[in-house]
Amino acid sequence: MAPRRARSIGTKTTQTNRVATPASPAGQAPTQPTGHHAAIAVRHCSFGYRDDPPRPALADVSFEVAPGELVAVIGANGTGKSTLLKLIAGLLAPDHGEVTVGGREVRGPDLGVGFVFQEPRLLPWRSALENVAFPLELAGWSRGAREARARDLLRLVGAPDVERLRPHQLSGGMRQRTAIARALALEPAVLLLDEPFSALDALTRERFNVALQSIWRTTGTTILLVTHSISEAIFLADRVVVLAGRPGRIVAQVPIRLGRPRSLVDLDASIVSDVSAAIRAALEREELA
Amino acid sequence: MTRHVLRDFLPVVAVATGFVIAWKLLVVIGGYPIFILPPPEVVAARLVAAWRDGTIEPHVVTTLSEILLGFLIGSGLALVTGYALARSRLAERLLSPYLVAAQATPILALAPLIALWFGTGLASKVIICSLIVFFPITVATMVGVGSVDRQLLEVGRAFRATPLQVLTRLEIPGALPAIFGGIRVGATLAVIGAIIGEWAGGESGLGVLINLARGSLFDTPLLFATLVTIAALGVALYWLILVVERRLVGERG
Repeated sequence: MAPRRARSIGTKTTQTNRVATPASPAGQAPTQPTGHHAAIAVRHCSFGYRDDPPRPALADVSFEVAPGELVAVIGANGTGKSTLLKLIAGLLAPDHGEVTVGGREVRGPDLGVGFVFQEPRLLPWRSALENVAFPLELAGWSRGAREARARDLLRLVGAPDVERLRPHQLSGGMRQRTAIARALALEPAVLLLDEPFSALDALTRERFNVALQSIWRTTGTTILLVTHSISEAIFLADRVVVLAGRPGRIVAQVPIRLGRPRSLVDLDASIVSDVSAAIRAALEREELA
Repeated sequence: MTRHVLRDFLPVVAVATGFVIAWKLLVVIGGYPIFILPPPEVVAARLVAAWRDGTIEPHVVTTLSEILLGFLIGSGLALVTGYALARSRLAERLLSPYLVAAQATPILALAPLIALWFGTGLASKVIICSLIVFFPITVATMVGVGSVDRQLLEVGRAFRATPLQVLTRLEIPGALPAIFGGIRVGATLAVIGAIIGEWAGGESGLGVLINLARGSLFDTPLLFATLVTIAALGVALYWLILVVERRLVGERG
């Protein structure tokens, strides 16, 4: 697959950032300047689950993600991170506000948006190859074409040898790689990742972060990644959006001015601890408030 | 392959051998006459003779036709009803009490009525088979479809699967293990349904042959040979379904 990514890598190498950008007092975070259209734009979105009692999940959330950007969303449990991704994916509709992807308002699931769930959610009766080919099958691709594409994708995510295996025969890591390959099948402009590596051990997780960075650089897909891990967010993202409170709102957006491509040793740089401290400070400020 | 066959079939053969030995011992120790409890070798000889002289074959064909037709119609209706019950709360509320009431009514009591209404031909037996097959497959389908992982359905939504694609690519494959549980039970019940239908009235079939062997022919070995044939029919159907199930459901971990 030809790389679609046009942006230069490593342009931010010499830049440093030691200060978090706090949200406005009203909880509305400043948005990044964008070109013609933001890849993702969330404007004044609120959402609550209509349970008994009702559970407000997000309150007046606004931010944008530029095309090709990799943004991490970080926050404690219950701050609406997964809900935010489902709003962007069109799996939920906001109670107030608007979500656009590529300039178009989200009114339901869109094939231009790939979603990797927290659990791999592979179909247990299908092989890894058939799972990756699943969205292509739904889209009406011929058997030969979808199998060829699925093979390419399994190779891209570093799982070329598992195509005949069923999910229960795969390791947790391979299952998640397969799920990422499936999400990339229709070449989405936007990829949403909901804590995709949370079930993996620390070492495997680091390896996967390197792999994800490589996939992002190869495909040029805009990525919005939900994670609990500050170091993972710093390693992968151009910017970290910090969600806090119940219902969740954005309390800070922290740019990560580390060069690309990043390696795991970059996590030892002093900027990382500074950014990490800024994110923690934003979370603690909210807790104290 | 040989090891696989040995592992699967050796225990079955061992149990069957043990049963025949116990049966023979019972006859010998009890001193029962043939017309009360014939020994296994006499039943085996009668079974072979009945197949050779064409006594059993037409009855097997009749019963098998009733079973297959009744099973196909009953399971087809059950799959549709079970799906509706799983996906529509209204359908569940409307139909559930009647389904339970129908299941609670003994088929033995209904069979003569059905024979009265639909005659003693194929139709009444097929209806009885369908009725007896219907409930377990309906319940299994309802449970199976209802328990399809909602997270997988959300994956389908995320990829904009149409309702038909959700049904064929997610719900049916996801519910198959449970549905096959019901089909296995249904297949064995279909055999019972056909025999009950034939007892309620009929000119041919293994149920009729049992009545003939017991009553007018007074041929107890033939009665046992017919029972063995019925049991073999049930086992063959069950195994056939297992083979299809293994092919369609496969290993899921």
